[in-house]
Amino acid sequence: MNKSVLFGALTVAGLAAGAAAAATLDDVKARGTLNCGVTTGLVGFAAPDANGEWKGFDVAVCRAVAAAVLGDATAVEFVPTTGKTRFTALASGEIDMLARNTTWTFSRDVDLKFDFVGVNYYDGQGFMVPKALGVSSAKDLDGATVCIQTGTTTELNLADFFRANNISYEPVPIETNAEGTQQYLAGACDTYTTDASGLAATRATFENPGDHMLLPEIVSKEPLGPLVRHGDSEWGDIVRWTLNALIAAEELGVTSTNVGEMATSTNNPEVARLLGTEGTLGEMIGLDADWAKRAIETQGNYGEIFAQNIGEETPIGLARGLNAQWTDGGLLYSPPFR
Amino acid sequence: MSDTHAHSVAFVRMETIPQSAPPLAAAGPVRWGKDNLFATPANALLTIASLVVIYFILAATVPWILNGVWNAGSLSECREILQGTSGACFAVLTERWPQLLFGFQYPSEAYWRPTLAFVLMLVALAPVLFFDLPRKLLIITALFPFVAYWLIWGGTIWAPILALVGFIVGYLVYAKFVNRSFAVGFFGGIAAAFVVWALSGYIVPALTPEETLLSSVPSRDLGGYMLNMMLGVTCVSLSVPLGIVLALGRQSSMPLIKWVCVIFIEFIRGVPLITLLFVASVMLAFLFPPDQTVDLFIRVVIMITMFSSAYIAEVIRGGLAALPKGQYEAADSLGLDYAQAMRLIILPQALKISIPGIVNIAVGLFKDTTLVSVISMFDILGMIRGPILASTDWNGLYWELFLFACVVFFVVCYSISQYSQWLERRLATDHR
Amino acid sequence: MSTTTDPQGGTFRLSMLLNDSRYRSLTLQAIAAIMLAASIAYMISNLLANLAAQDLNISFEFLGSPAGYDINQTLIDYSSQSSNLRAAFVGIINTLLVAVLACITATILGVFAGVLRLSNNWLVRKLMSFYVEIFRNIPVLIWIIIIFTIVTAVLPGARAYLGEDPERNMLAGMFAFTNRGVYVPAPFFTTGFGGEEGSGLNWLLVIGVLIASFFATRFVTAGADKKQAETGIRPNTLYLNLAIWIVPVAIVLFILGLSWDLPDPLANRFNLRGGLQIGAPLIALWLALSVYTGAFIAENVRAGIQAVSRGQTEAASALGLRPNRTMSLVILPQALRVIIPPLISQYLNITKNSSLAIAVGYADITATLGGITLNQTGRAIECVLLLMLFYLTISLLISAFMNVYNNSMKLKER
Repeated sequence: MNKSVLFGALTVAGLAAGAAAAATLDDVKARGTLNCGVTTGLVGFAAPDANGEWKGFDVAVCRAVAAAVLGDATAVEFVPTTGKTRFTALASGEIDMLARNTTWTFSRDVDLKFDFVGVNYYDGQGFMVPKALGVSSAKDLDGATVCIQTGTTTELNLADFFRANNISYEPVPIETNAEGTQQYLAGACDTYTTDASGLAATRATFENPGDHMLLPEIVSKEPLGPLVRHGDSEWGDIVRWTLNALIAAEELGVTSTNVGEMATSTNNPEVARLLGTEGTLGEMIGLDADWAKRAIETQGNYGEIFAQNIGEETPIGLARGLNAQWTDGGLLYSPPFR
Repeated sequence: MSDTHAHSVAFVRMETIPQSAPPLAAAGPVRWGKDNLFATPANALLTIASLVVIYFILAATVPWILNGVWNAGSLSECREILQGTSGACFAVLTERWPQLLFGFQYPSEAYWRPTLAFVLMLVALAPVLFFDLPRKLLIITALFPFVAYWLIWGGTIWAPILALVGFIVGYLVYAKFVNRSFAVGFFGGIAAAFVVWALSGYIVPALTPEETLLSSVPSRDLGGYMLNMMLGVTCVSLSVPLGIVLALGRQSSMPLIKWVCVIFIEFIRGVPLITLLFVASVMLAFLFPPDQTVDLFIRVVIMITMFSSAYIAEVIRGGLAALPKGQYEAADSLGLDYAQAMRLIILPQALKISIPGIVNIAVGLFKDTTLVSVISMFDILGMIRGPILASTDWNGLYWELFLFACVVFFVVCYSISQYSQWLERRLATDHR
Repeated sequence: MSTTTDPQGGTFRLSMLLNDSRYRSLTLQAIAAIMLAASIAYMISNLLANLAAQDLNISFEFLGSPAGYDINQTLIDYSSQSSNLRAAFVGIINTLLVAVLACITATILGVFAGVLRLSNNWLVRKLMSFYVEIFRNIPVLIWIIIIFTIVTAVLPGARAYLGEDPERNMLAGMFAFTNRGVYVPAPFFTTGFGGEEGSGLNWLLVIGVLIASFFATRFVTAGADKKQAETGIRPNTLYLNLAIWIVPVAIVLFILGLSWDLPDPLANRFNLRGGLQIGAPLIALWLALSVYTGAFIAENVRAGIQAVSRGQTEAASALGLRPNRTMSLVILPQALRVIIPPLISQYLNITKNSSLAIAVGYADITATLGGITLNQTGRAIECVLLLMLFYLTISLLISAFMNVYNNSMKLKER
């Protein structure tokens, strides 16, 4: 009684968010929007532009899932989360998936009870220094003051790296990337450390990006990927295979422009299965046959998303590196669609 | 008389001399300056020191503000226009003011809705703040929350209407039974209202058309200064009644109720607001039923309301304690029961004494709403520290944005505190 | 109709539970107790159900495991291998440090501004009310961020002081003001306990001597009071007291071999080494809390002084007291009675507002236990509960102190 009264009242107020029952897919379909947790603002990965529209690499993953599940890539409610709130938001059902350059670690997967569905960006922690400092290696940073964003794995990696090399440093913890930039540019710290991709994205926003360099050392493995709650494997499968569809599409040469044509005229059976013209993959995953086609059509394949948001043509200018397809010597390797 | 003088002294002025102006040093600005600025050597030193301070402040800010650039697309454009001279880049405000006021997710075609709600709020507040206005205007105040809710969140109009119906039904039940017993009327009214709300929880979805008149805006899309305003207004208005209940509970002769209130008040007053916001953001979700989640906005409103109600309860307790014991005894001797005595005799007087204190708490609470930026809500400070400073165009620009935030807070808080002082003078019925 | 409202005899009817004033309060309390227990049980059952659904548990074991992160400003030994509990203690000590520092400066600033607001100099009066209004009406979080931005943007970088031929020279060769913090000479003992390493014992010894000096001066003053009461002549104790304060401490410091560790600009290419570093976040938080709370204290001080009625000053003059004696013997004691209770609640506010350290990266308890530890372990409920427990303890201690003070200062009416 108590419960129904409380939530009756809240529903009248229109403010009780939907239920987070075991079947996330049903909730998302009933709600008509996908609640996707993203960062509070990291240009290139997830940041609102001047019109308040979310853009970025992680955002594209959310949109692809929404396109696959709901048939509408814009039916996404982006929930900005901080390092502190992101896991609670996911655990409590406030968001359906988290795509917030989150590192896949043992304890997060096992102890915090989340399911990482894959890796959308292979990253590593790097250091940015002003060129004027004359530092060429992270091992030269003995005694330096280091800016770090709190609430991430970078703090722990940093402590490990300096301890392993037996050199000292002064940590300056900061809350947001914007404040880190401010501190670093004001010279309040000698070096700024976070994921190398984030550093490149940050450097792109500087007035004189050329005055700053990334040190060659990558001190940690940071496989970043979307994650969902533990215990809802159907939903986890949908997010996992949407991501795999984007990756496989690039491998198979399916792009946002030729996806319609490929779907009708392909001879490659795997492309046909992926795009739903052959087999019943869509039915198996609990969606319709065109789910992957819609995701690719609206967002492009992995390579297109990369090039559009963080690739070498953008101000962020990241090379594919580890994130190239396995056929090009990278680590991206989608399991077969069969 | 004058004759005797005329003979005994050589010269007597027969008419009064015209009044001449006082000496320059004894009146006018010089005298004022001498009295108020250079009365003693120490005072003169202080004056000179103050002048130096004022000079430095003005020298640093005035050219910067006057030289400000209002039209530019980015910080680098600004710097080109300024060409190295000192000047503010207010262009960020002209470009981003909707984001600063409404947050970055609120649909831009709907900006008129919160603006209208804000204007209505001023109208609705007027009869509360100024007692001389006709009492009938209070009807607008009573309707305002529902209208404002509908304007800001949009969606189906039936939700606020049925919520209002709940209140009306509750009031009718109360009015019917209050003559028999206050407690029956009060609790009956609450129960009736809840029944209506619980029923409408099932009715509203059925009544909701596909396309509503005002498009629905989820509450996480709220942001900017609007969010500060909404949190401030909602939490203060909710926490005043709660504060009264807590204050009365703390005065109660029933030990259990008294101790529950004391523990609640002391606990809330003992912890910083930020920890309560952490509770709202990371812990409160665990206390709701497993298959339900409640909006972050609601969770924050719950915690801030609890926070401010504890402080308001203490202010009202001070008001209750300040009433002479004779008032309580007079009420008793008239044969009034507890509810009547409180409603008719004690509370009107105690609340009057407490109003300045409550207003102070309200100002403090309004300022504290900026803390929500720490738990990733985009209020005005969250907007500045997050999306605006992180954008490529405006990275590296602080003073203009902070100045803007300072100005909007100062204007509101200063007006409220001036109002409180006016009210204090107005309510001073004792003769000094 | 009977005149007594209490029915005699043992006939008990159910309606008496509500209508009889003897039972009504019991009934109401029973209802309240049931509702309270029900809602607590409801929340706990929700909590347990949620935890079970997510396969989590409540456990404080994480406090013993290594924290894994480093902290820049620590007053006790700490490394990334220390436990989370120790990190929390570092945070507690840092919270208390900034709170105590800010309380002292805010009081000085507040008294200064409050007295000047009553000055007969118009300009000073206006300037001070400008200060008070500006700081009272803008949120403290904005002030903290603004002052932090000022500190980092206006002060030079540490590298300006480094090298053989620096851009800037240290003040008197001892003080360096950088946007990473202020470097001052650090005292240490060459021949004390613990040898070169030093030990906390040395400082305890110095503090012990100072406490002994304090009681010795109290004794001397009491002796002087007694003498004055007996003979009417007060012996001059100023020089004796000064000697008691200075000589023993000087001797102890000399025996321990007090020496100063100066900041060294040559030891490292990034930072000054040696000396005592007061970090920029600490300075920003300290300054911001001081000026913000100072504005509130100024209002309290002004109200306190104005609360002493003018008749008191006139009465003191009529008794022939000189103006400074009037102030110290008549006005101030009465004003303090009004000033001190709100002053203590301002101290409480400083302690609570110091939790905003999280905005500038100062490692207080909210930033260590409620920040990094919470993020890294994911133990949100445990961390938030411990955090609230800490602040609650501090607040209750300060309130208890305030109650003791209020009782001792109560006007003794006869």
